[in-house]
Amino acid sequence: MPRTAITVDGVKYEEEVEPRLLLVHLLRERLGKTGTPVGCDTSNCGACTVMLDGKSVKSCSVLAVQADGCDVVTIEGLGANGSMHPMQQAFHEEHALQCGYCTPGMVMAAIDLLRDNPDPSEDAIREGLEGNLCRCTGYCNIVRAVRRGAQEMGQAVRTP
Amino acid sequence: MTEVGKARKRKEDRRLLTGRTQWTDNLRQPGMLHVMFLRSPMAHARITRVDVSAARDLPGVVAAFGGQDFAAEQGSLPCAWPVSEDIVIPDHPPMAVSEVRYVGEAVACVVATDHYLAADALEAIEVDYEPLPAVLDMNEALAPDSPKVHEAGNQAFTVKITSGDVEAAFRDAPVVIDRTYIQQRLIPSAMEPRAVLAGTDGDSFTLWSSTQIPHVLRVMLAVVTGIPEHKIRVIAPDVGGGFGSKLQVTAEEVLCLLLTRRLGKPVKWTESRSEGNLTVHHGRDQIQHLRLAAEADGRIRGLQVELLADMGAYLMLVTPGIPMLGASMFNGIYKMDAYEFGCTGVFTTKMPTDAYRGAGRPEATYAIERVMDELAAELRLDPMEVRRRNWIKHEEFPYTTISGLTYDSGNYEAATDRAMALFGYDKLRAEQADRRDRGDPVQLGIGVSTFTEMCGLAPSRMLGAANYGAGGWEHGSVRMLPTGKVEVITGTSPHGQGHVTAWSQITADALGVPFEDITVLHGDTAIAHKGMDTYGSRSLTVGGIAVLKACDKVKDKARKLASHLLECSPDDLEFAEGVFTVKGTDSQKTIQELAYAAFTAHDLPEGVEARLDSDATFDPENYSFPHGTHLCAVEVDTETGMAKIRSYVAVDDVGTVVNPLIVEGQIHGGIAQGVAQALYEEAVYDSEGNLLTTTMADYLLPTAMDLPDFVTDRTETPATSNPLGAKGVGEAGTIASTPAVVNAIVDALRPRGIHDIQMPCTPERIWRALR
Repeated sequence: MPRTAITVDGVKYEEEVEPRLLLVHLLRERLGKTGTPVGCDTSNCGACTVMLDGKSVKSCSVLAVQADGCDVVTIEGLGANGSMHPMQQAFHEEHALQCGYCTPGMVMAAIDLLRDNPDPSEDAIREGLEGNLCRCTGYCNIVRAVRRGAQEMGQAVRTP
Repeated sequence: MTEVGKARKRKEDRRLLTGRTQWTDNLRQPGMLHVMFLRSPMAHARITRVDVSAARDLPGVVAAFGGQDFAAEQGSLPCAWPVSEDIVIPDHPPMAVSEVRYVGEAVACVVATDHYLAADALEAIEVDYEPLPAVLDMNEALAPDSPKVHEAGNQAFTVKITSGDVEAAFRDAPVVIDRTYIQQRLIPSAMEPRAVLAGTDGDSFTLWSSTQIPHVLRVMLAVVTGIPEHKIRVIAPDVGGGFGSKLQVTAEEVLCLLLTRRLGKPVKWTESRSEGNLTVHHGRDQIQHLRLAAEADGRIRGLQVELLADMGAYLMLVTPGIPMLGASMFNGIYKMDAYEFGCTGVFTTKMPTDAYRGAGRPEATYAIERVMDELAAELRLDPMEVRRRNWIKHEEFPYTTISGLTYDSGNYEAATDRAMALFGYDKLRAEQADRRDRGDPVQLGIGVSTFTEMCGLAPSRMLGAANYGAGGWEHGSVRMLPTGKVEVITGTSPHGQGHVTAWSQITADALGVPFEDITVLHGDTAIAHKGMDTYGSRSLTVGGIAVLKACDKVKDKARKLASHLLECSPDDLEFAEGVFTVKGTDSQKTIQELAYAAFTAHDLPEGVEARLDSDATFDPENYSFPHGTHLCAVEVDTETGMAKIRSYVAVDDVGTVVNPLIVEGQIHGGIAQGVAQALYEEAVYDSEGNLLTTTMADYLLPTAMDLPDFVTDRTETPATSNPLGAKGVGEAGTIASTPAVVNAIVDALRPRGIHDIQMPCTPERIWRALR
C-alpha cells in the first residue's frame, strides 16, 4: 500500500493508504479529524472543504495519496491559542449558521475567497461561495459574515 | 435586564464553528462494524431470489443478510395517523422480503469492518426480480384497471369535510375561479445525511440517530421490534438539519437495532447523498383542484378543494396526515360562508412522502394565495385590494374560520402596510406599467402572499379528534445545582434551531439567574426522559412554555424555603431578579442561596424536599397562528424565460420574540426553501419509476448565487394561547414564499395571456409558455 506523509493542522502523519481512499476519509476515519463532514457524494455541497497547501479543495474529490507531502488545514486547525479565527468569529456574530453542518466547509471557502479578493462585494461573495450549499440560512447571514470577516481580517493585517 | 427579546449570540455556535461536533457519523464504538444496504433498482417487482453467500466470503465481511433473514423479527414500520375510517395501512417491512415497491427500497445488507469493504461486498450480492408494472401517475392509479401497488388497491383513504352551504355559495355566483395546481414532489435535503449507530451490552440497547424525534422513535422502536421500551435508549447527538425529513421511524434505524442484537457488536450506517435522495421521505406531491365562488366586488362566497395526495408506496409515520394538516388552511386569512375539502390519498411506486417544512400548510397556502391573485385578475383589482376585502380585520380576533379553527390574534393590516412601505409597492407597480407600455423584453412582476398558518403542534385534544396516535404536549425540567447554576432539560430536540440559547433566555428571566449560568440538555432519552420532540414549529410555543412552567414550580418551592429561612409568610415575599425579599425590609435570599440551602438540607421546613428541581408539561389549548405579508418582485426575461428575484420583503408576525437573531434566521432559511420550490427543485421520476434527481447535481438546491438578500421586518401581535405570547416561526417563511414568487412570475406574464406556470418555474417552462 502506498505510504502518505501528510501534515494536518500542524501535526505530521505517515499512513499506509489504499490508493482509492479519499482524503476526507483519511481525515475522518484514520486521523479522527471529524470536524470535516461529508454532505454529498458528487462534490456539489462543499461541506468537506479543507485547505490543501493553502488552497481550498473539496476533500471528497482528492485522493489521500494525492495529498502526499502536502499541508492540510481543517476547521479544527484554524484558530490559535484557543481563540477562533476572525472568520469563525464573524460567523458567530452574524448568526451565519444554524445546524452547522455546512459551516466548516463554508468557513474554509470564505477564507479562500478572501485570498483572491480581500474586500469582496456581496455579489463576489455569493459567486465565491457558489460551490458550498447551505440548507438552513438562505445565505443572507453567511454573506454578511464574510463581509465582516473580511473587514476583521483586513484589520488584522493592517495592525500587526 | 430582561433576556427575552434580546439578540443573544448562540451558545451552540462555538462547537459547530470549530469542528468539535458530535454528528452521528463522527461517533465510534469499540469493535464497531459498518452496515451498507443493497437497494432495489426496480420500482415494482417480485423478489424471486436473494443470494448473499458470495458477499459473505469477501475480506472484512462479518455478515450479509437478505429480507427473508429479518422476516420473523422486523415487524412493520409504523403509521401513527390513520386519518379516516376507510384508510388502508399496508404492511411495511423495513427490508423488503417478497416484493419491492419503489426504487431504493432495501433488499439486502452487508456488515463489514470498513465501509469501503462493505461497498465492495454489496456488489457480490445477487438478487433476482420479476418485474411488475410501475404505478406513477395518481389519476391513472385510481382508474379501475390500473395495476395495483398493494393488494387492497391504490386508494389509501378518502376524506370529505364540509362547512356551510357550499351549493348555495356557488349557485348563481357572479364569479367562479376554477384552477388546478400541482405541488411537485420535493426532497427535503438536510445537509447532514442520515446516520444510525446502534449498540448493545447484551441486555439493553442504545441507538444514536440523526433524528428530530428521539422520544417518539424510542416508543416506536419498542413497538416495532418488541424490545421492551425501558431497554432502549435513543440519542440524537448533533443533528444537521431536518426540515421534517428526520421526523420518521426509518427502516435503517430498525434494521441497525436488529443487527446489533444479532451480532452483539455496535453497527453504524451512514447514507450517501444519492442513497438519501432515493430513501429519505419526500415532501409535497399533490394535485389540487380549487373552485372559488365570489361576488362581483371580490368578496368570497365559498371554496371547494379536491386533492389527490401521493402517498408513495407506503404510509410512513405521518404520511396520510400531511394533506390533513392543510385541510383547515385553504381558507387562509379570508372570511367566507362555505367550504368543502376533499382528499384522496393515492399509492404509487415511489418513495413515500411525509413531513417536509410546513407539511400540508405550504400546499394549502400556495393554492389559496394563487387563486386570490386569479380572482383579482378576473375582477381587474389589485391583488392586495381583493385580499383586503376578504381578510379578517384585526378587531375581529379571536375569529373562528369557516374550517373551524379559532385564530386567536393577528393584524393583517399592520403587517401588510409595513411590507408595502418597505417594498415600495406603488413605485414598483408604476415601473411595471412603464415596462409593459414600453414592451420591455424584461417584464416586472409583483407577487403577494398574505398568509397565516397553524403551528405549535399541538393541542392533544385536537390531535385526538384528528385520530393522531399521540399527544402534542411537551415536557421541561429545571435542576437547581448546589452552586446556583441551572440545568434545563427539554423534551424538544433541536437540530439547528438554537433551543439552548433561547431556553437559556427564557429561564434567565423566569429565575433571575444569569444567561451564562444556564445549560440546556436535550436529545437523549436517558437525560430528557420525556418529550414529544421537534417539528411543526412547536418547540418554543409548547416546549419553551413547559420550561417556563417548570421555572414557576422552582420558584414556588424556593418561596416556601425562603419563607422558612427568613421567618415570614410566603405571601410577604417579593420575587424579582432572582431575589426573594421580605416586603418592606432588606431581608433577602437569592435563588442561588436557596438552591444551596435545599442541597445541604440542614434546615428544611416540614413538607419541603431537599431540592428545588421541578418539571412540568405544557399542553397548548390552541394552535399558534403566525402570519405575515411577503412581497416579491421578479424580473422575467421574456426572450430567455429566465426569472430573477429582484427584491423580496417579508414582514412576519410571530408574536413575542425571544431572540430576534434566531427568528430572522428562521425566516431567511424558510423563505429560501419556499423560493426553491417555486424556482428550482423537483424530484423527477422517469416513466419506469427511476428517480432521476439522485444527486445534488440533478436536484437543484439553490446556491448563494440563486437567492437575493431578503428584507425582513416584524409586527408583534402576541399569541393569547401561551403565557409568552409567542407563535411558531420555523415553517412560516417556507409557507409564505412559494406563492409570493409564483404570483410575481404570473403577474409579469399576465398581459401575455398566461395565468399559470408549473413549479418549478424554470426558464424552459416560462419560455415555452410564452411561445
